[in-house]
Amino acid sequence: MSRNSVASMRWRSEMIDDMILSLSGDQDDVHVLAVDDSLVDRKVIERLLKISSCKVTAVDSGIRALEFLGLDGEKRTSGDGLDSLKVDLIITDYCMPEMTGYELLKKIKQSSTFREIPVVIMSSENIMARIDRCLEEGAEDFIVKPVKLSDVKRIRDYMATRDIRARKDEEGSNFNKREVTP
Amino acid sequence: MERSHLHRQLVLARQTLFDQGYLDEQFIQLEELQDDANPNFVEEVVTLHYRDSARLIYNIEQALEKTALDFNKLDSYMHQFKGSSSSIGAKKVKAECTLFREYCRAGNGEGCMRSFQQLKKEYATLKRKLEAYFQLARQVGPIDTASRPK
Repeated sequence: MSRNSVASMRWRSEMIDDMILSLSGDQDDVHVLAVDDSLVDRKVIERLLKISSCKVTAVDSGIRALEFLGLDGEKRTSGDGLDSLKVDLIITDYCMPEMTGYELLKKIKQSSTFREIPVVIMSSENIMARIDRCLEEGAEDFIVKPVKLSDVKRIRDYMATRDIRARKDEEGSNFNKREVTP
Repeated sequence: MERSHLHRQLVLARQTLFDQGYLDEQFIQLEELQDDANPNFVEEVVTLHYRDSARLIYNIEQALEKTALDFNKLDSYMHQFKGSSSSIGAKKVKAECTLFREYCRAGNGEGCMRSFQQLKKEYATLKRKLEAYFQLARQVGPIDTASRPK
């Protein structure tokens, strides 16, 4: 059962804030890979994410995103370096030259290493067919641009509760798995 | 005393930009991202937008001069331009962009050219107003200038 009163939503949000505070520390910061060909949008999304306590790496194309992830087919020597590059979330623009956000999404979902990383698509065009296609391909969420702080907060809250649920599963506790619905 | 007068002017200038439909909610979103550590964030984003969009305007102008118009290309440039304008909350400019794209989709070259002229006017007007606004803001100094419109 979900209560939609403002009071209960605020309580949930504060609860999530507390959880994030207790989780955060260098290792627990959410590291987001942001992909957007627009200089202005990269600057804005970077700031939105930083203000929401996320570490950000911003790149200007799908190709660069794949390079960063090591999915571009280039041979690399494996090492500890990979841990520091661990990406927790990918947020990408849909309309980009050469490789669209949709194509990037597909490549990520096809990768056994990275398919578990949630991918959020941003688009200035609110086209139902586009949204459906992205969600079907495994996108976590679809944000209509221009991106607002509330959009980023929603994603961060999802990431935090996802993490909490994962930890609780690991601990194998009797935590009552109530759905934290937005 | 001088400063509080300037501050009142600044608040009024800001409110007018909203009241007259030049800016929308997205500008306020940018203001909310400003803090003591990033006191000039809005101006930085706006400056970046004007630098970036100048290139797009040039590209569109060049594309409009061709005898055979490439509407797909024009639409693509305008899509980028509209996105950038939308990100700073440029309400009137964004509306002109939408109109231009409609003409593109209809393959209406005359319409494109006319709406582009209008777009450039709105673009220049807002640029001028924002430059004046930020100059005033700098004179006033670091005070919280964001008062939410009703």
